[in-house]
Amino acid sequence: MPVLTYRDALREALREELIRDDRVFLMGEEVAQYNGAYKVSKGLLDEFGPMRIVDTPITELGFAGVGIGSAMVGLRPIIEFMTWNFALLAIDQVVNAAAKMLYMSGGQFPMPMVFRGPNGSALQLSAQHSQAWESWLAHIPGLKVVTPGTPADAKGLLKSAIRDDNPVVFLEGEMLYNTKGEVPQGDYTIPLGKADLKREGDACTIVAHGKMVLVALQVADALAKEGIAVDVVDLRTVRPIDIEAIATSVRKTNRAVVLEEGWEICGVGAQVVDFIQRECFDDLDSPVLRVHQEDVPMPYAKNLERAAKPDAPKAIAAVKKVMYLA
Amino acid sequence: MTTQVPPDTQTQAPSTASAGNNGQPADDQASLRKDLLRSMLIQRRFEERCAEAYALGKIGGFCHLYIGQEAISAGTMSMLRPDDYVVTSYRDHGQAIARGMSPRSVMAELFGRQDGCSGGKGGSMHLFDKSLNFLGGHGIVGGHVPLAAGVGWAIKYRGGDQVCVCFFGEAAVNIGAFHEALNMASLWKLPCVFIIENNRYGMGTEISRATANEDVTARGAAYRMPGESVDAQDVFAVRDAVGRALHLARTQRQPTLLEMRTYRFMGHSMSDAASGTYRTKEELEENMKRDPILVLREKMHAGGELPDGELKKMDDEAKAIAQDAWDFADKSPEPPLSELWEDVLVDTTS
Amino acid sequence: MATKVVMEALSPTMEEGRLVKWLKNEGDAIKSGEVLAEVETDKAIMELVARGDGVLRKRLANEGDASPVGTILAVIAPAEENIDALIAEAGAAAPAAAAPAAPAESQGEASTPQQEASQPSEGGGAAVAAPPKPPPSASGGDQAGAAQTPPAPSPPSPAPAQPRSGGNGRQRTSPLARRLASDRGIELSLVRGSGPGGRIIKRDIESAVASAAARPKPAAAAAAPAKRIISREGDFQDVPLTQIRKTIARRLSESLGPIPTFYLTAEFDMVRASEMRAAFKELGEEFKVSFNDIVLKAVANALADHPEVNAHWMGDRIRHFNRVHVAMAVAVEEGLITPVIFDADRKSLPDISREARHLAELARNRKLTPEQYTGSTFSVSNLGMLDIEHFTAIINPPESAILAVGAVEDKPVVVDGTISVRQRMRVTMSCDHRVIDGATGARFLQALRRLIENPLLLVL
Repeated sequence: MPVLTYRDALREALREELIRDDRVFLMGEEVAQYNGAYKVSKGLLDEFGPMRIVDTPITELGFAGVGIGSAMVGLRPIIEFMTWNFALLAIDQVVNAAAKMLYMSGGQFPMPMVFRGPNGSALQLSAQHSQAWESWLAHIPGLKVVTPGTPADAKGLLKSAIRDDNPVVFLEGEMLYNTKGEVPQGDYTIPLGKADLKREGDACTIVAHGKMVLVALQVADALAKEGIAVDVVDLRTVRPIDIEAIATSVRKTNRAVVLEEGWEICGVGAQVVDFIQRECFDDLDSPVLRVHQEDVPMPYAKNLERAAKPDAPKAIAAVKKVMYLA
Repeated sequence: MTTQVPPDTQTQAPSTASAGNNGQPADDQASLRKDLLRSMLIQRRFEERCAEAYALGKIGGFCHLYIGQEAISAGTMSMLRPDDYVVTSYRDHGQAIARGMSPRSVMAELFGRQDGCSGGKGGSMHLFDKSLNFLGGHGIVGGHVPLAAGVGWAIKYRGGDQVCVCFFGEAAVNIGAFHEALNMASLWKLPCVFIIENNRYGMGTEISRATANEDVTARGAAYRMPGESVDAQDVFAVRDAVGRALHLARTQRQPTLLEMRTYRFMGHSMSDAASGTYRTKEELEENMKRDPILVLREKMHAGGELPDGELKKMDDEAKAIAQDAWDFADKSPEPPLSELWEDVLVDTTS
Repeated sequence: MATKVVMEALSPTMEEGRLVKWLKNEGDAIKSGEVLAEVETDKAIMELVARGDGVLRKRLANEGDASPVGTILAVIAPAEENIDALIAEAGAAAPAAAAPAAPAESQGEASTPQQEASQPSEGGGAAVAAPPKPPPSASGGDQAGAAQTPPAPSPPSPAPAQPRSGGNGRQRTSPLARRLASDRGIELSLVRGSGPGGRIIKRDIESAVASAAARPKPAAAAAAPAKRIISREGDFQDVPLTQIRKTIARRLSESLGPIPTFYLTAEFDMVRASEMRAAFKELGEEFKVSFNDIVLKAVANALADHPEVNAHWMGDRIRHFNRVHVAMAVAVEEGLITPVIFDADRKSLPDISREARHLAELARNRKLTPEQYTGSTFSVSNLGMLDIEHFTAIINPPESAILAVGAVEDKPVVVDGTISVRQRMRVTMSCDHRVIDGATGARFLQALRRLIENPLLLVL
């Protein structure tokens, strides 16, 4: 199995789906001639031409709406946002049009489309460019929200997202594009809405998604050296959430720590904890703890940024706390 | 889910695939005028019953009436082909009916019933009919303008010669979505016709208090988009301007921005007084002298096209259609509770 | 919103009640939870409380009236509300149809199978579980004066243990630990929590289980440890009937009636118990204990080590209880009642003494609540204070034994070959032979003798 970067895995998925279905096109800022702000679409313009790989003006709301209109009449757009921070300008289109079109038309107009782009913080991009938006989007019925954490998942989930007849919000980790991993070749798809047990253990369940999956795996490795084996449940999709996978793990380990890149209040982790207390009340030996960004806008200074972000040491401390080792 | 509505009275505005009315025989012209009058009468009587049903609590939520603006819908729809597309705002009853949607399914939707065009899940602001390429009633001011550009994009993508017509009010020209969509439509040469229905009031705010340049067609110039301003109480002026815009769109994929100067005779919605708050009774009465139905009727009288009793007969038919829609909607069952969970997502992949 | 005041089932066996006294007048403002009246049940005088706010608009029952459970006794409503319809309904109501509201403190959590079986099938929402029908026994009232017949108890309800935790008296336990403790028969109040703020967590239960497993089987000499951890499922263990038990049960029932009872009598030396009482008394009034208290405590501790006697006959199986709830018969003006000392094996002697005194007083004043006189696993009846030397008591089904305790008297006894005068007490245990065989009962009495004759064991 070849080792690819997360970026190349995404490109492989895009390319395969563009070949497979000529209703699919990619539209966004700098996706064509510039080869993509993050080079995900590198080379696709040359291969597919300007009607399939489309550069747009800097008008997120506008081209999101163009995608929605084209999906109403049968195309299958992939709308790339340069980052989800900019996608806020298009939130009306995503939430008020794409997510509701099927429902308010009584089933007449499905929205077979993908909104994708990098999500979460990178390094020292400060307050406006370092935000994780999944809890906003996961709140909305009518959307699916996908957060791949590894190259293989990036490929398999993006292919499924493109084939799905619903509007799929596809949140890529800005810090993940250069990460490497084995990626299955050929027509490899992963069903949306299914979590993945990335590590097995019995001492504690770590639930994570997106970029925090990597952190969770670092935590698992560090704890393994101390003889503590943890389950790492990678949600992969945060809407719908695979409740059963979480519950199965927590019933085994009796403890859980939920990691997320976003803020605490109303975060995805809050929902996960709600599911856990509902499904696993009698299985819990400790309150479920969450690790998340501090409740502040992202600061610029290196040391402050580090202090604001959720990371492996914070997660390890949380695991030890729920295990009553701290 | 879609429900089949039993076929009822044909309400579609007359469709003439040709642009304009030049060179048509006189009796064709006469029957076209009659068809346009019928279309406007049906819209008018239908919406009068909507107001009544709203007052009786049979219609809930927001309910924005089109009364006074019917020449725009009747005129525009009469110029469209069945395979063209329509995207509109929340003031959509008249356009839906003029496009040919069954008054029964529209009224049932307003009543929130199972036989409504969206199964009772959309309501007044969200009328859709896939079979007529009627792509909705949308509730966010200006938010649907990019969708029309997207439909235009899809037409171009597939190499078709259809056109997408998009209606919105004059207040939407100040919204970002409008500008973003017009820019892309012009930049990419998308076959769209953008129609500003300028009824002079954004809810209760007169255009002069909201818009720095009241010449709204000038907005098109920023995007190198041709435009014209139309006396939209004259259904033929509407037809002519739309005809020219359709021709540009079909033959050159050149979008157009049209201003339809009109006036609404009712409040912004059913919770808004027709006059006495932000506009005077005198102003309303003055504008009602140019009721589009009256304008057309007078033209037909002058030409001797409405013999005695003919108008009354047409009006009685329109009232009967409205009554039939009411009766149908009233009898239609409420959607089953299981519908609550339907149509959130499609259970398919392609 | 009007609220009906109905004759509530204030005891598990109550079918009708007598309104003794109205405590509120028509026109009084009423708050939910306020006491409206005193009602005499088949067991006690109980308080009838308001279930809604408003004004006591109408009293429909007079003091002294007896009414079936469910009868509308009064109406509480806002002053302006029209209640004619309600009053008319009260006149026409078939009381049987009106399911009484459950008393706020209903019987424990889960009902036993019999309770479920005896729930009204019309689902009227009566949350008061009827007790199982006791098997008809020879202890009916026709044997007037011959015996002490306490009322049939309903199956024991899991009475909350007295937690011994620090901090505002609430025990902190993780949900998992709670479940494990219940599964493995660990009494949480005896477990020390090692989590934050003393929270009992999984590992604490595991070590409790381990120490219970490691504990040697109590040899005859082993004192009951202060930490009494029984490692068995839940509050009780149902033992299926073996063929031999079935045969014993059938044959002996044919011979003697539904409860084939036999009697074991033993005489205990009470010298040391007497000395202990004196020593306690010297410590001060608050440490005073009676012989009966000592008997109750000794019985409880002996039962903890002999679950085969701390058992109920359930018809198709025998239920061994892991918790010890000892009922003591108290004579009251109209008869007798059996208040229960729950978890008596885990209470100190002075605690038992105080509780027994308090319960007896409540019983005499007819203030016992159903929770206080049901749920026993074993009963003790003492007529010593009435100078009865020796008697036999009638078993209180579904319990399998009852201990009849006689007076402590000076008697000549042979000690080391010489006759001396010592304080002695005779007890007789009535045993249900379907559950307890002769030798089983005898071993229990041996254990009891050891504790009563060496009462220091009771304060370990």
